Amino acid sequence: MNKIADINQIRSLFPALEQSVNSKTLVYLDNGATAQKPKQVIDLVNMMNSGVNGNIHRAVHELSSKTTELYEDSREAIRQFINAAYREEIIFTSGTTASINLVAASYGGKYLRKGDSVLVSEAEHHSNIVPWQLICESKEANLRVLPVDENGNWRMDMLDNLLDRSVKIVSVSHVSNVLGLINPVEELIFKAHAKGIPVLIDGAQSIVHIETDVRKLDCDFYVFSGHKLYGPTGTGVLYGKREILDSMPPWMGGGDMVETVTFEKTTYAPLPLKFEAGTPNFIGAAAMLEAIRFVESIDKKFLENTERSIVEYMTEELLKIEGLRLYGMGESRISLFSFTVSGAHPSDLAMIMDKMGVALRSGQMCAEPLMKRYGVESMLRASFAAYNTIEEAKYFITSLKRAIKMLS
Amino acid sequence: MTIKEVEQQIVEEFSIFTDWMDKYEYLIELGKSLPIIKEGEKLEGNLIKGCQSRVWLNAEFKDGLIYFTADSDAIITKGIISLLVRVFSERTPAEIINADLNFIKEIGLQENLSPTRANGLLSMIKQIKIYAMAYSA
Repeated sequence: MNKIADINQIRSLFPALEQSVNSKTLVYLDNGATAQKPKQVIDLVNMMNSGVNGNIHRAVHELSSKTTELYEDSREAIRQFINAAYREEIIFTSGTTASINLVAASYGGKYLRKGDSVLVSEAEHHSNIVPWQLICESKEANLRVLPVDENGNWRMDMLDNLLDRSVKIVSVSHVSNVLGLINPVEELIFKAHAKGIPVLIDGAQSIVHIETDVRKLDCDFYVFSGHKLYGPTGTGVLYGKREILDSMPPWMGGGDMVETVTFEKTTYAPLPLKFEAGTPNFIGAAAMLEAIRFVESIDKKFLENTERSIVEYMTEELLKIEGLRLYGMGESRISLFSFTVSGAHPSDLAMIMDKMGVALRSGQMCAEPLMKRYGVESMLRASFAAYNTIEEAKYFITSLKRAIKMLS
Repeated sequence: MTIKEVEQQIVEEFSIFTDWMDKYEYLIELGKSLPIIKEGEKLEGNLIKGCQSRVWLNAEFKDGLIYFTADSDAIITKGIISLLVRVFSERTPAEIINADLNFIKEIGLQENLSPTRANGLLSMIKQIKIYAMAYSA
């Protein structure tokens, strides 16, 4: 099948992009928060809601087998997409947050002891900080932080000292939702493994921009959200190496995750169902298959080239603006840019630009420690996806300049 | 002037603006001219923290009237605050408790008071009403 290498063809698949906001054509640059959905995802969700709807793994009737098949097909597609070895290494969750909470509670619950540590980086999203704080508190363990330098790069020179014997797991983002830099996760995983420490990679931002091969990375866990990857809201994935997942206790109890239940003793279902208690968002999970098909239908070179030209244009133009500070300066980055402008509050800029049709993120970005690191209360962020054009980047820059002028 | 009359006055002021640009420019101007809260009163206890912007609100009760001063780090938020201070300051607790604030909707700024904005304005209004109730007791 021919791959799509035409931006208009990509855009035509997304009904949401056709709308006007404040009587301006929508320029959607909040993809780091959530992405719009292509027709095939919407169609599958509608098709299932309109009839192909029976609870999975439970009944012998036709509808149940159809939905179960769609659900399991999606699991297989995700396995291939991230190149996991086994289908049971793919656990459906409600999102990155749920995936991290699962690992923190289950893995942390089993392996953390008093005085142990968990290592995260200074540039993590709250969802990769708070779940660890919760388990550390109950286990009297410590949360350790790998700092970032002024440019937002991990202080790799400090890693060896931080990775001492007390560290039981490392949990870091492949790409920070604020900085957009591609972190040297391979090196970190190598160093942690040399000391026998497992690593969780938060791929919420990176999965959309970087081809992901969990076996090549050799990470022990990899987590991401479906809704940022053009899939339905309320979907997410936890990948874990089979032997580690096998060793972990269930996190939530309920239907579908059990083998036999008596009041005296319950035995659990094997992977992956052990971690999928209750009725999951099976329609959302099934529609992830269509989201992945969409991603795979686009020509990779075309995607890379478009993103590179957006990164080059944006970096150059942003840095030309007086008083603008771009956070995250490094060798390789995705098309996600957080910045502040002196004399113009991010919330004011976002409000004015909203009126110009530009959707941006403003605020603390769910990364308060990082805001503190840079001594700011909030930032403004523009984040691009496969359907964004260089023309939109140009419109963004023009609008930003106009908004700054209004506020000065 | 009653609260209603001040609100009506604001509605009339805003009626001349035909597009959002003018409206926002006016709010920015108002924001810049708002007499800010005294540095000493920018206390943690007076801070209303939103995810988007921060708002400080100080209240003083003198001769049966409540005097409000307020500030924000975001200028458009500050502009809206200046409207609220104009409506609410130097009023009796009873007047404040009974105010309905329909004018915000009439001048088309309702979206800025939505809970999803997290800019501290909604909490600020709540806080103003709480002060009024406390002083009326």
